[in-house]
Amino acid sequence: MNAPVTDTMPIQSSDDIVRVRQEVRRRAAAAGLGIVDQTKFVTAASEIARNTLDYGGGGIVRLEAVQDGARKGLRLIFEDHGPGIASIDLALTDGYTTGGGLGLGLSGSRRLCNEFAIESKPGEGTRVTIARWK
Amino acid sequence: MERIPILKMGRALLITIQVDMHDQMAIALEEDLTTRIAQTGAKGVLIDISSLEIVDSFIGRMLDNIAAVSRVLDAETVVVGMRPAVAITLVELGLTLQGVKTALNVERGFELISRRLAEIETVVVEIGAEDERSGD
Repeated sequence: MNAPVTDTMPIQSSDDIVRVRQEVRRRAAAAGLGIVDQTKFVTAASEIARNTLDYGGGGIVRLEAVQDGARKGLRLIFEDHGPGIASIDLALTDGYTTGGGLGLGLSGSRRLCNEFAIESKPGEGTRVTIARWK
Repeated sequence: MERIPILKMGRALLITIQVDMHDQMAIALEEDLTTRIAQTGAKGVLIDISSLEIVDSFIGRMLDNIAAVSRVLDAETVVVGMRPAVAITLVELGLTLQGVKTALNVERGFELISRRLAEIETVVVEIGAEDERSGD
């Protein structure tokens, strides 16, 4: 298996979220995802990117084209150095929010991806990894 | 800042969202729209999202807010033109836009609003007739 091609994009403003969406769309299409899967993955990326900005105080996303045998896909790793998440279980509950939103960002995004992982330490930051395979 | 145009068509307002909206644009749209409803006395608001490739919870909440505020100002909001892939994604995300009426396209959206206008006018005519009778 070849080493994944990784690129990094900043998430420091809502314009950056728009750019991340466009780039994820382009790469999801290049990985051969169908239109529904592209839409699901771009939507998930948009939700997580907004969390990185609103709760993490900004951060980055790493984009990796991934391949496992004949399967192609796209993996995104969002990182911030914000306050972190005190309770990941609670943060993944539908309707739970600390920011006045709908509380669907994390829990909803998880349903839109094939892989979903959160690592977070209070005071140190949060890393959310999502992937969608063809 | 780039703003989304709001067109007046009869007693309805038509908004066509053609760009990938960032947050400030969405907030400006809410403000512009409520001002226009108050100015024009529009009874219906059509929001065409056929160009939108995704609707995330931020845009979903904006659509819900617009519908709620418009309702308070006596105008009905109909979201039209949602792409099938967007509809599938929204439901899986858990966002069902319960406060928002939807129609497949602009034409059907206008029909919904015209029907509401016709109902309002019927009621007005009936009240008018009552007044005439009681005036005899």
